[in-house]
Amino acid sequence: MSLIFTKSKNGRRGSTIPKCDVPKCSAIPDKMRRSTSAELPEVSELDAVRHFSLLSLKNIGVDTNFYPLGSCTMKYNPKFHEQVAALPGFSALHPLLPQLRNGGALTQGALEVLYESEQILNDLLGFSRTTMQPLAGAHGELTGVMLIAAYHKDRQDNERKIMLIPDAAHGTNPASAAIAGFKPREVATNAEGDVDIENLKQQLGPEVAGIMLTCPNTLGLFDRNVAEICELVHQAGGLCYCDGANLNAIIGRIRPGDLGFDVMHVNLHKTFATPHGGGGPGSGPVGVAECLVPYLPISEVVKRDDGTYTLDYSFQKSIGYIAPFYGNFAIILRAYAYMLSQGRDGFKRISENAVLSANYIRVKLAPFFDQIYDRNCMHECIFAGTRQSAKGVNTLDMAKALIDRGIHPPTIYFPLIVPEALMIEPTETESKETIDEFIQAMIEIAELVETDPEAITSCPKTTPVRRLDETQAARNPVLAEL
Amino acid sequence: MPYIANTDEDRQLMLETIGCADFDEMWRKSDIHFPDCNLLEIAEGKSEFEVVKYLHELAGKNAVDLVSFLGAGYYDHLIPAAVDAVTSRSEFYTAYTPYQPEASQGTLQTIYEYQSMICRLTGMPISNASMYDGGTALFEAMMMSCRVTRRRQVVISEAVSPIFRTMIESYSSNLDVELIVVPAGIDDSNQQELIKAVSKDTACVVVQYPNAFGTIEAWQDFNQQVHTHKALSVCSCYPIALSLLTPPGEMDFDIVTGEGQSMGIPLNFGGPYLGFMAVTKKHVRKMPGRICGKTVDLDGKEGYVLTLQAREQHIRRAGAMSNICSNENLCALSALVYLTCLGKQGLIEVAELCASKAVFARNELLKIAGVEAVGGEAFFNEFIIKLPGDASEIVGRMIDKGFAPGFPLGRYYPDRKDQLLVAVTEKRTREEIKALANALEALL
Repeated sequence: MSLIFTKSKNGRRGSTIPKCDVPKCSAIPDKMRRSTSAELPEVSELDAVRHFSLLSLKNIGVDTNFYPLGSCTMKYNPKFHEQVAALPGFSALHPLLPQLRNGGALTQGALEVLYESEQILNDLLGFSRTTMQPLAGAHGELTGVMLIAAYHKDRQDNERKIMLIPDAAHGTNPASAAIAGFKPREVATNAEGDVDIENLKQQLGPEVAGIMLTCPNTLGLFDRNVAEICELVHQAGGLCYCDGANLNAIIGRIRPGDLGFDVMHVNLHKTFATPHGGGGPGSGPVGVAECLVPYLPISEVVKRDDGTYTLDYSFQKSIGYIAPFYGNFAIILRAYAYMLSQGRDGFKRISENAVLSANYIRVKLAPFFDQIYDRNCMHECIFAGTRQSAKGVNTLDMAKALIDRGIHPPTIYFPLIVPEALMIEPTETESKETIDEFIQAMIEIAELVETDPEAITSCPKTTPVRRLDETQAARNPVLAEL
Repeated sequence: MPYIANTDEDRQLMLETIGCADFDEMWRKSDIHFPDCNLLEIAEGKSEFEVVKYLHELAGKNAVDLVSFLGAGYYDHLIPAAVDAVTSRSEFYTAYTPYQPEASQGTLQTIYEYQSMICRLTGMPISNASMYDGGTALFEAMMMSCRVTRRRQVVISEAVSPIFRTMIESYSSNLDVELIVVPAGIDDSNQQELIKAVSKDTACVVVQYPNAFGTIEAWQDFNQQVHTHKALSVCSCYPIALSLLTPPGEMDFDIVTGEGQSMGIPLNFGGPYLGFMAVTKKHVRKMPGRICGKTVDLDGKEGYVLTLQAREQHIRRAGAMSNICSNENLCALSALVYLTCLGKQGLIEVAELCASKAVFARNELLKIAGVEAVGGEAFFNEFIIKLPGDASEIVGRMIDKGFAPGFPLGRYYPDRKDQLLVAVTEKRTREEIKALANALEALL
């Protein structure tokens, strides 16, 4: 589709602007004025709305298609969340207001949202406190490892520079650890899909700051030794970080704090049903055990004895500000609405149904695709497309064939330790019928690989564009229309 | 069961298929041998109606009818309804990162158009797909400078947003980076002192445009001097102002970032916001964040993909340019639709309104006995005034009268306790400005 710039015509307007009710003038020196206007398009409001509406139709989302993207928890986003997030009482509120004298009284509703959603997360995760500030999952990871760094620094335990990370981890783990000043070091995964305890023991020592463990792990499995791992790391003087990307598998059933973790991030855009937005904005609150409370970012929302809320800046050992204000408030608000509607009993139903659906898919597809780890999974199941790649059809081809069948593909080629990986996460909000259709589509693809591989390798055929030349895109980057 | 489609019958069939009698057995077989956690502290679930009612009550406890002159980097601009209409399309907001480009051309083309508009506004040739906010984008720019120059010293002006600076300080505390903060002038960045701090060890100089006091400064000559030290120059800027001001790209900045909230994104009590980043061609492969590029499909038809991914964490892991794994995509879409609807002329008009009203407000305020000018030779829509007393205390009394008159600078600048930073957008009317001045005069 042509770019919005090609629809531009001099003099066309897409908005109305108030008349100037003061004398026209400015304090901008002439020499500082730009000599040519920024070439923004000039289109009517209809032109704009039609252009973007048509573009939206070149997308698929959870609302239009099954989206079993592993590790991303693409569950349904309840519509009333959007309504409450748009209430002017929240959306028009300036974040500096509670920092002004007498301003706090005028933001009590917003501060209550932050405080109460923290309380629910504390209970759900089994931690003492949770900071709502981190702006995304990876930002939560960074906050979490910065807290670990602050803990060791405060104890003058300055040699602890190594952060252990399983080889199956998301790339964000080592990247976040590096930005917090740690040297990431890989821990091996054993043949069963758990952390290799012997390998872990060899690596533990006075230089180890901690471990970053995804729980359940990125293979969709619950590590059988998770409590032992936490204990070993603690004995060696390190702390245990839980990557909460897969929280949907255990929410309401077990609490990471009870397993021995000291710190954890939660992706509100996964487990707590806030929209993914095509890649953000997310929100990544971080829960901590008592030992890390003194280092939490400032400010924190606290409740006074009279029931009112205020901002507390008194954390002397705080790592400081990691966001400009109190987190992605409008996302936290949606998640709070979700928490309130789920309530005490709702959370376990989420994990039960999510794990059931993933195991159902695993059992149904096991005859057709290779499994590296033959055991029950948690909320996502992983296959290796090795049987198919031996026939000349790789996982990418099968992903494209799913698109032609109206299904967003699973996560592919991750985790890196699984060859031709397909990582399928159905979530609890999808019906058995939808899941059965997906299973049928996968079986049909597996059969076509045997009989007519070309029918798969030539996909997709129904999309606005066919396969795109990514090599050329990277070799001769065209990144903007100037 | 809220949002769970399966019936008890469905569940029973599925449990049978996986060879489990009940959920207890399912958990055991999935290696969960821990007892059920106790969530008694959490209330029982509520219906949609009840939750909406309660949240309406909470929204009502927040004052949004204050007449606000608060800015400090986060501004109350008009937002055309079309912005929300487009971002509310669930094909956009319920999608994830465009990992499968054939099924995500909508998201990808909007990113490409967003990148193009950021380039046109800033005068830079390359933009990424966006970052969390202005502060994190500035930190990323600083780290990028260290990578490019292989140096570890960052010179930053005190006239850069103190909110951004406190974030940068937090992030830098564990890194091998030396931050040198150069004190500001009365209302400027004190360029003479700033350049003295630059040496062969400097990775970059970080400034803001207009600066944290609202002042517009010329940077061409300054940047030439920075470049003689082979350091980079980094600028954080206010995008609405750029429709009138010489773009940073024409002043030889190497990296341009900023907070994009002013482009169609509500204040939202602190987020989500939008960090933007634009760079010169030379440094594109050291830039953090997602980037969308144009290419062709098998039939030669134009299309868009995420590109230059070798820079990113999912490929490079610990060696990545950043740990960021998303952009602030829906906010970038808001900015794109905002810039499209306002258009070339509309954005200029909005900015001219801001500029005119700011001059009017400043004149009105300076008429009050005891209120004095602080600098103010060159500004866009924000300026500082000196009050006859503690600005924080006066602000508190003005709030009780229904005005948020500005931001008291003493919060971040201890030697400026009597200074107030006042922002004026196109939404403030002549009457509101007059009323502000009258209320302040009566109070002083």
